[in-house]
Amino acid sequence: MLLLAGLCMLAAMVTVTLFGPLIAPYGAAATSPDSLAGPSTAHWLGTDSIGRDVLSRLIVGGRTTLLITFVAVSAAVAAGLVLGLLSGYVGGIVDELVMRTLDIVFAFPVFLLAIAVVAALGPTVPNLMLTIAIVYTPTMARVVRGPVLSVKRWDHVEAARSVGVGEFAIATRHVLPMVVSPVLVQTSLTLANSIFTVTALSFLGIGPPPPDPNWGGMLSEARQFMELAPLTVIGPAAAIVFATLTFIVLANGLREVLDVGGR
Amino acid sequence: MAQPEQLLEVRGLSAQFTRRGTTTRVVKGISFDIAQGEAVGFVGESGCGKSVTARAILRLAPEGSSLQLGGAIHFHGQDLLQLPERAMRDIRGRRIAMVFQDPMTSLNPVMTVGAQIDDIVRRHTGASARQARRRTMELLGLVGIRDAERRVDDFPHQFSGGMRQRVLIAIAVSCQPDLLIADEPTTALDVTVQAQILRLLMRLRQELGMALLLITHDFGVIAGMVERVCVMLDGEIVETGPVDAIFASPQHSYTRALLDAVPRLDAAARSA
Repeated sequence: MLLLAGLCMLAAMVTVTLFGPLIAPYGAAATSPDSLAGPSTAHWLGTDSIGRDVLSRLIVGGRTTLLITFVAVSAAVAAGLVLGLLSGYVGGIVDELVMRTLDIVFAFPVFLLAIAVVAALGPTVPNLMLTIAIVYTPTMARVVRGPVLSVKRWDHVEAARSVGVGEFAIATRHVLPMVVSPVLVQTSLTLANSIFTVTALSFLGIGPPPPDPNWGGMLSEARQFMELAPLTVIGPAAAIVFATLTFIVLANGLREVLDVGGR
Repeated sequence: MAQPEQLLEVRGLSAQFTRRGTTTRVVKGISFDIAQGEAVGFVGESGCGKSVTARAILRLAPEGSSLQLGGAIHFHGQDLLQLPERAMRDIRGRRIAMVFQDPMTSLNPVMTVGAQIDDIVRRHTGASARQARRRTMELLGLVGIRDAERRVDDFPHQFSGGMRQRVLIAIAVSCQPDLLIADEPTTALDVTVQAQILRLLMRLRQELGMALLLITHDFGVIAGMVERVCVMLDGEIVETGPVDAIFASPQHSYTRALLDAVPRLDAAARSA
């Protein structure tokens, strides 16, 4: 039930995002003489401080935020799968090396790390993706490593080894598929977290550079005119909440269906 | 009488685990032979080292343990304990294969039964996907799975315990190994299914000319299955001999105790 709700929300979000420019009533950079206008039939969510349509910017801005999130989390999942499997399956010194290195990354506060990376490499979209990917790789690797440690002792692994299956094939074909469920749940949660991180970084001014709209940036610009045009703040805030909620609902739905232990 | 050619010669095999500086010897220098095509039974209580002995022949250490093996295991004249791991992988499944105790957990739950057999056939024979599948169908028929055409793409959970054990046996004999090790192959099964599986093993042994090393705690299983028996106690072979002789006149007190542990109809009558 939860899963269905989550999938519907995700479908709605992805549709709006994919077809954003077609749906949006105005261009993201198009201005009207009316600045900080309230809601009207022409501008459902009003306009911002230089007269741009808030709804259109929300729809188009979602593309940037979601694109960064999806690419970055995919990279984090890929890296986490490789490192977690390597660490858990090989064990010993490799395990120590990989996990301690990830511990160092993990020990940094998320924003400090993100600010450091962006400051060093510049606030471009690919750098932002890289940052988010780095930030979420350790968690993902741990989620993979845990079950791998137990699955590699299961009977079917020994049975496969007893008929001459190689270690690489055992790791990828007989161990890895067993960790899919927790990874799916964790991926969904990470998407929620990462949306939040991307918008927060944008809010702090180290997100994707203007003039392209993004939710965090819109929130930060609108903050000064909050009393005059509350919708300019409520709009992006609601979008962030919706996107984050989507992935949290999805994660709980997956957890229910896949029977992964709750935390 | 000419000595039949020995397939496997185990000499002074020892196995020990080290954990936190404490070393436990679980197999204490045992020697035995298995001739080509011969069936040998290993009997003993749990913890006597019979499973470790079986795994030692394939050099399988329990994951995460520090198993150290000593002695020599000559197979076709090669010492398996000296082989590099890569060469050992070609022996496993191809020359020596193993059937495990619990068929419920010994198959990969997310791969179809057919794919799991295909994999091993392809790994050891370099067959194409289509050739492997043909061989898989043959094997499923050989181990008595009816309707193989339909069942081959089923997942393990769609099979009963006995059927899964048949699948595992199919995997084990897929490359016609010279030696099949069966570690308590019927312990996890219903009594009626046990007999079927044992009959299947007997039949395959004859059809494929394999030697069989049957490990069990149950003298009832040994009878009629093997030619020779080794009785293990506490990491050592305490008695060995032809199965009939052991049944007729066990020499070691432990063997007598094991034999007495098999429930007998006339014993029940006597005590009544």
